[in-house]
Amino acid sequence: MPEQLVFAMEVILNGLMAGVLYALVALGFVLIYKASGIFNYAQGVMALFAAMTLVGIMNGQVPFAHLINATFGTHIHYFGWNVPALLAILLTMAVMVFLAWAVQRFVMRHLVGQEPIILFMATIGLAYFLEGVADLMWGSEIKTLDVGLPQGINLSIDEATFNIFGYGFFIDNLDIVATVIAALLVAGLVAFSQYTKQGRAMRAVADDHQAALSVGISLNFIWIMVWSVAGFVALVAGIMWGTKSGVQFSLSLIALKALPVLMLGGFTSIPGAIVGGLIIGVGEKLFEFAVGPLVGGATENWFAYVLALIFLVFRPQGLFGEKIIERV
Amino acid sequence: MKLKLATVALGAALAAGPVMADLVFPSLSYRTGPYAASGIPFADGYADYFTLLNERDGGIGGVPIRVVECETGYNTEKGVECYESTKGEGALLYQPLSTGITYQLIPKTTADGIPMHTMGYGRTSAKNGSVFSHTFNYPANYWDGASGAINYLLEENGGDLSGKKIALVYHNSAYGKEPIRTLEELSKKHGFELVALPVDHPGQEQKSQWLQIRRDRPDFVLMWGWGVMNQVAVQEAANIRYPMENFIGIWWSGSENDVLPAGEAANGYKALTFHNVGSDYPLYDDLQKYVVDSGKAAGAGDQVGSVLYNRGIYAAMLAAEAARKAQEISGNADITAADMRDGMEALEITEARMAELGLPNFGPAFSVSCENHGGDALVGVTQWDAASKTWSMISEFKPTDSDVIGPLIAEDSGNYASENNIEPRC
Repeated sequence: MPEQLVFAMEVILNGLMAGVLYALVALGFVLIYKASGIFNYAQGVMALFAAMTLVGIMNGQVPFAHLINATFGTHIHYFGWNVPALLAILLTMAVMVFLAWAVQRFVMRHLVGQEPIILFMATIGLAYFLEGVADLMWGSEIKTLDVGLPQGINLSIDEATFNIFGYGFFIDNLDIVATVIAALLVAGLVAFSQYTKQGRAMRAVADDHQAALSVGISLNFIWIMVWSVAGFVALVAGIMWGTKSGVQFSLSLIALKALPVLMLGGFTSIPGAIVGGLIIGVGEKLFEFAVGPLVGGATENWFAYVLALIFLVFRPQGLFGEKIIERV
Repeated sequence: MKLKLATVALGAALAAGPVMADLVFPSLSYRTGPYAASGIPFADGYADYFTLLNERDGGIGGVPIRVVECETGYNTEKGVECYESTKGEGALLYQPLSTGITYQLIPKTTADGIPMHTMGYGRTSAKNGSVFSHTFNYPANYWDGASGAINYLLEENGGDLSGKKIALVYHNSAYGKEPIRTLEELSKKHGFELVALPVDHPGQEQKSQWLQIRRDRPDFVLMWGWGVMNQVAVQEAANIRYPMENFIGIWWSGSENDVLPAGEAANGYKALTFHNVGSDYPLYDDLQKYVVDSGKAAGAGDQVGSVLYNRGIYAAMLAAEAARKAQEISGNADITAADMRDGMEALEITEARMAELGLPNFGPAFSVSCENHGGDALVGVTQWDAASKTWSMISEFKPTDSDVIGPLIAEDSGNYASENNIEPRC
């Protein structure tokens, strides 16, 4: 087999894996948009906030230590204990549920019935507020996140592909784990929305707020639940990306990677986020591999958007999005 | 009644005005935003050194120092706003800590007569002091960094790099592209092949670049990275099992922040530097005593001795030394920005003086002149030990290739001079 073709196969595989990571971020956007029609600009910052909270809890860090020390003249930074990863994840999830309640109670509840652009603006405000709170709460230094996920080349794949092609493929163990987790997450979310009472209520709210209210579904409860689930997805995304690069402010920028995925997959489809992520991941990596060297490289960021725009021209609602037909 | 009011107003104005002269050093810091993790230790080091001088020596030449901190968030517009809002306070020197802000401030500081120090960043050709009268970039610049890396590799390879392949992984920005021209010239001179691999901002996803490195197997990888790009690059290099000892970053890719997230896998990674590492210097005992223990540290005191904290200390020390020189030249302890510029242009840092300051072997000896605002361009190399979580110097501060860099500086500064109708001063 020609060498370039073998390399291209490796690039495609890695593109698929990268796509899964993009999809993890996109999922959070889809969940909230599907249930409330809000494009949650703060989703990336939620991933940052969740990851910072997780590391803070694991390391036994005192939240708001700088503020406490500056106010009371103390020098406390750590409680002096470490929390096991699993317990810390559960505690972080509790914090994300509290955050969902707070967002609903103090922001969204006051904006019911407002134009979508107003709700979007509110999430921009929320993003900057959360950024500040996260810094104040846990400090802005780069934190190492280790919840026991494997990283580095998968030697079995390397060896197997070497035996077949004479060239061992690089696949990161972390990407494999992310793929498995994403598959479980999507299966869980689909099952939740199809087979549980709360899931069906969520779909009812997504279809028609007024009709859902008229049959006794609590909008408050559903929205808190949806924001909590989005918080959970943000935590998963934060763990995956944070393991790779350390937990730091730039985690919030991973939202940029989710936008073309959403444009392509549609804002209302969970499978769409996954398929969109895979197409974007493979597309950008293959383009960089084939065309990048001819144009000086660094094509991935803009090509992802070009690819999404091309799809958008032919299918404005995205691959799996719902076509909205309004009859007069 | 009017007279009474006027008297009260005059009294209030006198009370509010500066009772006593001080030396004002604005600190354009970034403690928030995507690069806060790097901005905080530098800003802490910068502030702590001046606090030490105030607490221990009563300032510089008996005049107290006032640090005016302004948050830029590493944002160029905010940086310019900070400059405009602080220059009226009697600012003696600006260190903008950003290449973007530097480019905006070069004409402004020149017009306002306030010197600017861009240590290891900014416009490289500002080394030519005859064109850039108010900008200084001693002791080393990006092109010195590129040459320093190649010189180090030459040394490691018996003086011969012909036939070798060197990849440059760089932040796809003006900053990241800075070394390319110099490296191209050096590749012609030494016969190595240069492969440039850009990484788009912010650099969280670098799979394509590192897959290419895995396929091409360059002998060495250089990195001009910033922020999250550094941590991801080190992790990806570890993932593909690229030998860390063959991976060298510029000084902005060589702090604890850049290697800690990768853990053990980052062991052996190297970085260029223009100042020493650690806290084993007499000055740090004074810092502990007069600043940290007395609760006057700018931060929590946990950054003392980190690479970027040390860089802040070094920047403040060079500023203080230039102020001393300015006091000496002008014969006036309460110096102006113009005096400060003259002091910087006459600055001479010797090893004896460094030892006297409590910083023996902390930085290279160098001198500044009208023609040379960039110092002697000496560059060292550090290496990360993951087990002890420390950097150590593995190569002394050594000269860079002025035969290659000199003409490039002359060309670039010449273009700037002709575009801006600047007559060379010296």
